[in-house]
Amino acid sequence: MTPEAPAIMAGTSFGRSVGRVEDARLVRGKGRYVDDIILPDQSYAAFVRSPYAHARLASIDTADALGRPGVIRIVTGADVAAAGLPPLPCGWMIHSTDGAPMKMGVRPMLAQDVVRYVGEPVAIVVADTRDLARDAAEAVLVDYEELDVTADCADALRDTTVQIHADIPGNRAFDWDIGNAAAVTDAFASAAHVVSLTLRNNRLIPNAIEPRAANAVWNAVDEQLTLYMAHQNPIGMRAFIAGYYGLAAEHKLRIVSPDVGGGFGSKAHNYPEELAIAFAAKLVDRPVKWTAERTESFLTDAHGRDHLTTAELALDSDGRFLALRVDTLANIGAYLSSSGALVPTYMYATMLSGQYVIPAIHCRVRAIYTNTCPVDAYRGAGRPEAAYVVERIVNVAAERIGLDQAEIRRRNFITDFPYQTPVVYEYDSGDYTRSLNEALALADYAGFPARQVEAAARGRLRGIGIAAYVEACGIGPSAKLAALGGGAGMWESAEVRVHPMGTVEVLTGAHSHGQGHQTTFAQVAADRFGVPIEKISVVQGDTDRIQAGTGTYGSRASVGMSATLRACDSIIAKGKAIVAHLIDVDLETVAFSDGIFSSSATNRTVAFAEMAYAAHTAAGFPTDQIEPGLVATSFFDPPNFTYPSGVYVCEVEIDPETGTTDVVAFSAADDFGTVANPMIVEGQVHGGVTQGIGQALWENARHDPDTAQLLTASFMDYGMPRAVSLPNYKLVFTPTPSPSNPLGMKGCGEAGAIGAPPAVINAICNALGVTHIDMPAAPETIWRLCQARMSS
Amino acid sequence: MYAFDYLRPDRIEDASALLAEHPEASLLAGGQTMLPVLRARLAAPSHVISLGGIAALKGVTLADERLVIGAAQTHAQVASDPQVLALLPSVAALAGGIGDVQVRHRGTIGGSVANNDPAACYPAALLALGARIITTQRVIEADAFFTGMFATALKAGEIITAVSFPRCDRAHYEKFRNPASRFALVGVCVASLPEGSRIAVTGAGFGVFRWHAGEACLDAGGTGNDLADVPLDADCFTGDLHGSADYRMHMTRIIAARAFAALGR
Repeated sequence: MTPEAPAIMAGTSFGRSVGRVEDARLVRGKGRYVDDIILPDQSYAAFVRSPYAHARLASIDTADALGRPGVIRIVTGADVAAAGLPPLPCGWMIHSTDGAPMKMGVRPMLAQDVVRYVGEPVAIVVADTRDLARDAAEAVLVDYEELDVTADCADALRDTTVQIHADIPGNRAFDWDIGNAAAVTDAFASAAHVVSLTLRNNRLIPNAIEPRAANAVWNAVDEQLTLYMAHQNPIGMRAFIAGYYGLAAEHKLRIVSPDVGGGFGSKAHNYPEELAIAFAAKLVDRPVKWTAERTESFLTDAHGRDHLTTAELALDSDGRFLALRVDTLANIGAYLSSSGALVPTYMYATMLSGQYVIPAIHCRVRAIYTNTCPVDAYRGAGRPEAAYVVERIVNVAAERIGLDQAEIRRRNFITDFPYQTPVVYEYDSGDYTRSLNEALALADYAGFPARQVEAAARGRLRGIGIAAYVEACGIGPSAKLAALGGGAGMWESAEVRVHPMGTVEVLTGAHSHGQGHQTTFAQVAADRFGVPIEKISVVQGDTDRIQAGTGTYGSRASVGMSATLRACDSIIAKGKAIVAHLIDVDLETVAFSDGIFSSSATNRTVAFAEMAYAAHTAAGFPTDQIEPGLVATSFFDPPNFTYPSGVYVCEVEIDPETGTTDVVAFSAADDFGTVANPMIVEGQVHGGVTQGIGQALWENARHDPDTAQLLTASFMDYGMPRAVSLPNYKLVFTPTPSPSNPLGMKGCGEAGAIGAPPAVINAICNALGVTHIDMPAAPETIWRLCQARMSS
Repeated sequence: MYAFDYLRPDRIEDASALLAEHPEASLLAGGQTMLPVLRARLAAPSHVISLGGIAALKGVTLADERLVIGAAQTHAQVASDPQVLALLPSVAALAGGIGDVQVRHRGTIGGSVANNDPAACYPAALLALGARIITTQRVIEADAFFTGMFATALKAGEIITAVSFPRCDRAHYEKFRNPASRFALVGVCVASLPEGSRIAVTGAGFGVFRWHAGEACLDAGGTGNDLADVPLDADCFTGDLHGSADYRMHMTRIIAARAFAALGR
C-alpha cells in the first residue's frame, strides 16, 4: 500500500479549537464510571494481597473468613487452577541475541505457590457489601514463608542468590540487542571524541485519577458474561478474554468501558484482577464489583520506566555523531506484563537515533525480573527512556567539545525525509531545524545569558536546557508489527451511521479516557458531512455496539480518526448515487461540498439530511442498484508509523542554599502533523510536559532494598507535580503533515512526557555546571552538589 | 474504614461525658489526619465524637491582651480572621499555608494541636509564641504540651477548647515543603517577644522543639546569618526518603535565617 497524500481539511470544525463536547457531562458530575454502575443483586469483592515481596504460600485458611457476615465465596489460586485458566500472557515475543525465546515467568490469575511482589493477588473475598468483603479479607489466614528479595535490576550484575522464577536463572527474561555492533566498534576506533554516561530512568507510578475497576455479571442460562471495566481497549479485550481465557464465548461476552478517568497506558494492559472478578462472577452467579483503592493502585497498576543505562557517543572533530552504543538493564518487575517485553526493546532501542544522523547504533537490553510490580507501557513507553539517553548524552558531548547545546543539535539534525535510521524506523516527515528555531525564539534563548547574570545577583543559579525528541506513534502498520514479533496487528475501525433525519453516529474502536474523542472524532464527520457537531454523537466502549477495535494508547487515535474519515467518504459516495437517482442525473455529475449535493447537469441541489431521509425511506428507489440505509464501515491499517517530533527548552532557577529547583520557563515547539483541535492538543502537551517535569523533579517509586516493600505507596511520599509548582508553558506547533495518515496527523498524547525530562535535567546540569544528575533531581541531592562545588 | 458509631454533641460537657462513657472513642475535630487513618483501617474507634457541632469551641476573642482562638476554628477561618490578621499576622499566614483549600476548610487548630504531627505547622507557632492550650480541665503552656511524636500532655478525656496567644507582630513562620506531602520538611517559627526571642522547629525530627542556642544568638544581637554557626542538637533530627538528618539540620539554619529576615517585614 502506498502512502496517501495527506488531505488537510480547512474545515469549519476540524482544525479548530472546538469546545469539548464531553465536558458538559464530566464537569457537572454526570460522567458515568464503572464504580457508578450498581447492578441488581450486586455483590462486592476485596482482594487478599501479599504483604511480602517474595514468599512461598504454605497454606491459605479461609474457614474463619467464610463464616463472617455477608460472605458469599472466597476464590483462591486453587479455584483458578481447577478451572484450568491459563497464566497471563505477554503480547510480544522477544528473542535473545543467542536466538533463545524470552523466558516467561508464570503469572497465574491468583497466586498459587509463590508470591513475587507486594500486592500480588492471592484470593478474592466476595460479600454483600464492600466493607464486609474487606472485613472478611482480613480474616483470611495465609501462611507465608518469606524468601529473599531483589528490587533493583542492577542486582542482576552481581551474584544474586535470589531466584524469582524457578526456571529462570539470573532473573534474566532476555538478553537482546539491535543494530550493528561491528560498525559501532569501527566508528569508535576512529572517533575524535568519545563521551559516556551512566544514568537511571526512575520508576514511575501512573496514578490515573480513576482507579481500576470492574463489575462482572454472568447469566448462567444464556451463558452470557458482561464485564464492565475501566479500560483503554475494551473492544480489543473481548477477543482476548474469550479466545485466550474462554471465560465466555465471544458472541456472548459483552465488555463495556464507560467514562474512564485517565490511564496513561496503565489501563491498556491485561491484569489479573479484572479477569479474576469475571471468573468470580461466574462462580457466585451474582454481579461482582471491585474498585481499586488508591493503595492498590500504587502497588499493582503496572509501573513505568526503571532503566539503568550506560551510553557512549562517538563524534568526529566537527562534533558530528559517528556512533552510539547503549547498554540497558530494564527492570521488568516480577512478571512480563502485556507489553512488558515490547516497551524496553522495540519501543525503546528503535528510537535511539533521535532527531539525528547517527550512522551506526547498537543497543543491548537485558530484561531483569525483580520482586516489584510489573513494569509496562506508561505515557511514552520506551520512547521517553530513549529520548532521555540521547538528549542527555548529546549535552554531555556538547559540553565536552565546547559546542553550544543548540548548535550541536543543529549540526546533526536529519534534514531529508523519509529517513531510514539504523534501528528499524523510517521517519516520515519533519522539520527539526524549524522546531529548534521556533523553540529558541519562544524561549528567548539569545537573552538567556543576561537572565543568568540577573539571577546570580539574587543568589540563584539559572540554567537552560534543550531537548529534541522524536517518537513513533499511530500504531500500527500491522505488517511491520508482525515482522518485529507482535502478536496482533493494530488497525482501527470506524462505523458511521447516518439516521433518517440526518443525524450521525460515529462508532469507534478507539476509547477516550480523557483525550476528548467525543469532540475530535465528531469534528471529522462534521466537516466531511457539513453537519453541525451537535448532530453527531460518538459511540465508544461497548462491544454490543462496536464490532471491532484495538483501543487508545501510544498516541494512536489518529488511526481511528482516519478510519472515521474513510467511512464518512463511503457515506458520501453512496449519497452521490442516491442523489443522482433523486434528481435524475448521471452519477459522474454529482458533487458534494459544505453539506450540499449538486450536479453540473442541473441547478437542483439536495441537502445532506434530505439524502439521508431518502436513503432510509427508499421510496421509489431502484433497490436492486442502491440498497436502502446509510451505514459505512472502515478498517484503517496505516502504511507506516507516524513520527511526531519537537524541541523543548526549559529554564530553571536553583536556590543553592536549599537545593530547590524552580522551573521558571518552558517552551515547546511540537510537530504533530495536522492538528485536529488545537485546544485539546495544547491540553495534551500541558499534561505530558507536566508528567515529564514530575519525573525529572519529584516522581519516584522507591523500594526498601531489604524487603522490596514499596516505600512511596501514597501521595504523602510519592511526589506528584502540582500546578502551583509549574510555570505557564509557551507552545507553538510546527506541523509537517504525515504521509502515513490520511488526515496528515501524527499523534500528540505522549510527546510532553518524552521531551520534558531531558529538557529539565539538561537545564539543571547547565545551572550547576555538572555533567549529570539522576532523576528525580531532589533538593538534597542538588544541595550536596552545590556544597561540593563551593568547597572545590 | 471499620464500622463505628457517630456522635455529634452540641455542648462541650456532653462531649466530655461521651468520651468518659466510651473509652475506645475518638474525637473528630476536622478529621484531616483521622479520616485518612480510618479509611486506611489503621484505627478502629468504637465511636467517633464530632466536635463540629459545639458552638462554644468557635470564635476568636481578645482577653487580657491575649488572642483566644476557639479549638474548632478552621485554618481558613484563622487565616482570614480580622483580629488574627491585625494582632497575630504570623499565625494568620501560617494557617493560610496549611495543606490545600479543602484541608484549610475542614482542619481545625484544636485538631492539629491535639494530633501533634511531627511535620505540622501549628505546633511551631504555639511553641515559638508561648501559646497556652486551654482544655476542659486546665491551661497548659506550650512548652509543656508537646511531648513527642504524635504525643501531647493531654490526659484521657481531656478536650482542647481554645488556644491563647500573646499578641505579637514580630513573628514569622517559614516552611520548606516536602515535595510530596507538602507538609513541612522543615518549618521554623521565629518570634520576638518582650521576654526574648523564641525559635521553634517542626518537621525536622520526632516532634516540634525549641532551638535555645539559636534564641540566645538572636538575643545577643545576632542576625539570621549568625545562625549559620550556632550548634543544633543532632538528636532532635531524623532523616527519611525526602531528606537526611544532616540536610534537615542545614535547612533549619537556612529557614530560621529566612524567618528572622522576614520579622516585622
